[in-house]
Amino acid sequence: MITLGIEGTAHTASVGVIEEDSGRCRVLSNIISVYRPARGSGIHPREAANHHANVITDIIIEAINKAGIKKEDVDLVAFSKGPGLGPCLRTAATAARALSLKLKKPLIGVNHCVAHLEIGRGVIPECTDPVLLYVSGANTQVIAFAEGKYRVFGETLDIGVGNCFDKFGRYLGLEFPAGPRIEELASKGERYIDLPYSVKGMDVAFSGILTSAEKHVKNGLRLEDICYSLQETVFAALTEVTERAMAHTEKHEVLLGGGVACNKRLQRMVETMAKERGASFFVPSKDLCVDNGAMIAWLGAVMYNSGIRMSIEDSTIDQRFRTDMVEVKWR
Amino acid sequence: MIKDRIIYVGAEAEIHVSTYLGMEVIKKKRRSKSYRIREIDSSLITMRTREEAKLMIEARSCGVSVPIIYDVDVVDGVITMEYIKGDRIKDILNTLDEKERRDICYRIGLSVAKLHNHDIIHGDITTSNMILSNGRIYFIDFGLGCKSSDIEIKGVDLHVLMEAFSSTHSKYPSCFNYVFEGYSKEYKDDADRINEKIEEIIRRGRYK
Repeated sequence: MITLGIEGTAHTASVGVIEEDSGRCRVLSNIISVYRPARGSGIHPREAANHHANVITDIIIEAINKAGIKKEDVDLVAFSKGPGLGPCLRTAATAARALSLKLKKPLIGVNHCVAHLEIGRGVIPECTDPVLLYVSGANTQVIAFAEGKYRVFGETLDIGVGNCFDKFGRYLGLEFPAGPRIEELASKGERYIDLPYSVKGMDVAFSGILTSAEKHVKNGLRLEDICYSLQETVFAALTEVTERAMAHTEKHEVLLGGGVACNKRLQRMVETMAKERGASFFVPSKDLCVDNGAMIAWLGAVMYNSGIRMSIEDSTIDQRFRTDMVEVKWR
Repeated sequence: MIKDRIIYVGAEAEIHVSTYLGMEVIKKKRRSKSYRIREIDSSLITMRTREEAKLMIEARSCGVSVPIIYDVDVVDGVITMEYIKGDRIKDILNTLDEKERRDICYRIGLSVAKLHNHDIIHGDITTSNMILSNGRIYFIDFGLGCKSSDIEIKGVDLHVLMEAFSSTHSKYPSCFNYVFEGYSKEYKDDADRINEKIEEIIRRGRYK
């Protein structure tokens, strides 16, 4: 079965085409187009939605061509139902509805956060029942399957970790997203500068760390050292809550997802933690970690195969679509 | 010389049965984590060990049964404490008759209120973290605790217990009501405000 998925929860418009074959996911194409705000500013929801509207037809065509299929070969159209920014979600959903009607193929809306987890299970055969550390700009959650649902065991109490980096980046006048540049600066850090460490049970918080880091900049401390300390502190906190969730749920696999999951230092820390617990560590390829259409397509296929159906009338978006609201019929 | 015996390994610490001045004791040892840099690792272990010991000592001084602390090593992160031999409330609550269960729950409520009267937040009040020994209910594992006068945080503290009841003792839905009876009796301020807070927390639907 071939599914085309449209992602549009925030800054990224993406279309992916996947083929489901005996429970495994084969990515045929995954075209990603990122809206980039001006240097020193953040995402403007309407402008991001305008970007998506401008590129969406082109990337649908590009994804179909790159997949080496004809548009009639698409069996199912999936889209990101939420959570995310309203104008962006509506743009992606509108495109998906139009495509579904035009191709006369079924439509299905999926939860973006669950898609980050399911894509790991879909493309990595050994990854069967992981705890997902999902780290992106807007979201920071520790998700695992328990008692019939995907549940959030830990999450940020204020801002997402990527947002913490982006805000710090904006303060420094760095380009959006700031994570890669912070990672580069951090690699030249030599000295640890004290920052507040905020873990409460299985939850984390970042706004205090951000304020402190900014204060260190103002006081003229070496930028490389601040970035190094920032990364070390927030990643240690994230790794700790992930380990707690693994102990709590008694699971032996950990999966990374989200844009921040591309950070090599975070990968190494979570991998070390997993190794010490005798657990397995998984991280999908970069294009499947960041927001992407392939993961939306894959979750759509998984849901459709479990018997879930959605009419055009029901294909509304949900900005506050929570992870544990998803009815899981496939596990 | 009795050798240490590990009886439990958590995400953060190991629980050993050991000896101290000829007594059989519990040693809670926080483990060093190689994923984090030395500076963060040692400061976390030191801070948390110190904080936990402080909370336990304070809890004891306000009339709540907790293990006596014999020694605190903040460098290696070890708290040496009394070995409470008894039954976890988790394991016995479902086996009691309703009158006994009511009595235990009521007394749990009294103790939690005593903690909250002194702004001590346990942070992980579950029936696994209470031991019935010689008729007394001991509270253990203050590892996630803190000090706070915020009623939101007190509400969350009680909500954790409510969730523990509904997952582990779901056959006896009155347990939390008994706890709250005891809590209301002992709590120094208006317990109804805490109750409202708990309702709010439930409505908000925090996921756990």
